[in-house]
Amino acid sequence: MAKQRTEVADIDRSLYDFSYGDSTEKLEAGLTPEIVREISEKKDEPEWMLQHRLKSLEIYRNMPTSDWGPSIAGLDMDNIVTYVKPNTDQKSDWDSLPDDVKNTFDRLGIPEAERSYLAGVGAQYDSELVYHNMQDTASRMGIVYSGIEEALHDPQWEPLIREKFMTLIPPTDHKFAALHGAVWSGGSFVYVPKDTKLDFPLQSYFRLNAKGAGQFEHTLIIVEDGADLHFIEGCSAPKYNVANLHAGAVELFVGKNAHLRYSTIENWSKNMYNLNTKRSTCDEGGSIEWVSGSFGSHVGYLYPMSILAGRKSTCTFTGITFAGTGQNLDTGCKVVLAAPETSASIETKSISKGGGVSTFRSSVVATPKAENSACSVSCQSLMLDDHSRSDTIPAMDIRCKHVDIGHEATIGRIGDDKVFYLMSRGISEEEARTMIVNGFADPVSKELPLEYAVEMNNLIKLEMEGAIG
Amino acid sequence: MADENILLNVAGLSAAVDEKVILHDVDLTVGAGETHVLMGPNGAGKSTLGHVVMGDPEYTVTGGKITFNGQDITDLSTDKRSHAGLFLSFQAPVEIPGVPVSSFLRAISAGRPGVGDMKGKQFRKHVKELAEELNMDPAYLDRELGVGFSGGEKKKLEMLQLLLLEPKLAFLDETDSGLDVDALSVVSRGMEVYRKRCNGTLVIITHNTRILEHVDVNRVHVLVKGRMTAEGDASMIADIDENGFEQFEQAAAAAAE
Repeated sequence: MAKQRTEVADIDRSLYDFSYGDSTEKLEAGLTPEIVREISEKKDEPEWMLQHRLKSLEIYRNMPTSDWGPSIAGLDMDNIVTYVKPNTDQKSDWDSLPDDVKNTFDRLGIPEAERSYLAGVGAQYDSELVYHNMQDTASRMGIVYSGIEEALHDPQWEPLIREKFMTLIPPTDHKFAALHGAVWSGGSFVYVPKDTKLDFPLQSYFRLNAKGAGQFEHTLIIVEDGADLHFIEGCSAPKYNVANLHAGAVELFVGKNAHLRYSTIENWSKNMYNLNTKRSTCDEGGSIEWVSGSFGSHVGYLYPMSILAGRKSTCTFTGITFAGTGQNLDTGCKVVLAAPETSASIETKSISKGGGVSTFRSSVVATPKAENSACSVSCQSLMLDDHSRSDTIPAMDIRCKHVDIGHEATIGRIGDDKVFYLMSRGISEEEARTMIVNGFADPVSKELPLEYAVEMNNLIKLEMEGAIG
Repeated sequence: MADENILLNVAGLSAAVDEKVILHDVDLTVGAGETHVLMGPNGAGKSTLGHVVMGDPEYTVTGGKITFNGQDITDLSTDKRSHAGLFLSFQAPVEIPGVPVSSFLRAISAGRPGVGDMKGKQFRKHVKELAEELNMDPAYLDRELGVGFSGGEKKKLEMLQLLLLEPKLAFLDETDSGLDVDALSVVSRGMEVYRKRCNGTLVIITHNTRILEHVDVNRVHVLVKGRMTAEGDASMIADIDENGFEQFEQAAAAAAE
């Protein structure tokens, strides 16, 4: 990836905040076994999946909401529409999509990105994938990248999906995992065969357009032994004055000596409850790299988890969270060192501004099998004013003698001396602060593909606008 | 000095941090193309004067007026003072992690005649030439601003910015640079080029006279305990070198009575 940073161009505040009308087919708001059956029936699913949904619903109903983290009292499930079908079937040609859907993705720049640097793209609009396409070169390599529901109807892949689906994230994990199990819809399935390395990333973009709706996509990625993949996930939604919910699930299986890089820029609108669950497992010598930027949402709970199950498997996590006015973002990550000689490196940055609350929460578990493993956690927070808040809550559970676990956290502000220095060179105060914040975020943006780094810089710039009293 | 030649006029300037007054009724007049030296013992307020003229919000101006190039800049924001043609090189430049020197230089050049109109390639070439002039390794341009720079390297970058922005008047805060031979030679080189190429106007803040060895000085000002206590021609430098500031301290004490 090019290390040169790009000049940041102005972007229109309305970039994400637009809507070209509602999708056509909606189920009733709320949650009942009838609704779950109806979703399953529409999708013509195998019986095991219907049973999985019903069982998950049962778990959901009996499970209490967590009593830690930001309040989700504003989220009333009786008002959330769990299934919204867009007015189109899945296409592999942007021009075949209805204008409203096509215009939405055009404005988000997805078709352009596909032409310039992606090996394959999936685009989800509300509850269903509406576009899926992969370059011929990738399919000739035997790589499968399709809608997960499509794969579920394919006899070649159905058994594998059945074997893996919601095993890393069981419905019993937490209440919103159970909800996901009951009403999940859409999402991607990726299979990279043994020793196959894809040079260009695959990307999924999730757009939740319907008002008061939930998005529950399921992403299942299997990277076989010795294979290599970079997967990018982007998400956004227009702002409504009612609560929207995102409770997706991402399950990543990384084989022996395989490598997976999973990058996300999340920019949900600020009425969104983002209760997303992401989890990966690595076999011997496998490595998972997470790059995660959280900018949007009203309330967010997000802790991608890495289970280092095989000897010498590794994990790196690079994340940034930006909490502005009205946002309470509880983010971080979880690592389980479950085999000898594993190693994990976690570096996160958080920025809070305008009364925003940013909490870094991490969990590091070293099991008795984790002999000679190491994990380092570093968290840096920047508070841009006196009424914002930043917390760091690290948890460590060490059940093994010979492990090396480190944690460091710093919380700071933008130094007035730095602002004065930049201004003495002719830079305006707002520009000076933006430059300092962008610099703070640089270790993360450096890890992103260039287009996403530019998007992240633009998001920071937008957030910093009018920051000067 | 003829009035039309006056570039900077500081008249009756008083400034405070919190409640503590640092500068008392300070006057300073600098003509275009001249080189002035501001001397004084540690803690006299020399650096403060540079910062106040540049508009550092840490200090409150409690009285007086600053006129630059015919314009009253007393209430002007720091960035606008920079665009008006003022420059302050810092005694201890800050570090800004994650911001590459090259993009920083590009950003500070924006909106300025000449250097702000250059295309990317032309600009990079120009910066590279300036760096070479200062014996600065171009590899610095890819590093993060100030991060891990030695004292000498920081000075080089300050001088590079001086030559890049070509201000009408520059305060060079060299209070401590006499301690470092490397820094000293960089500053001397920077001053020489700035004077020759831009017909630059300088106010050199120092209490070390070695830095002035190869400079033609027009006026010397002595600041003690926040008050201007003496002013004279270049011959004062040798005098101060020999006798120190004690001779001025009594005058300052008397003024404070």
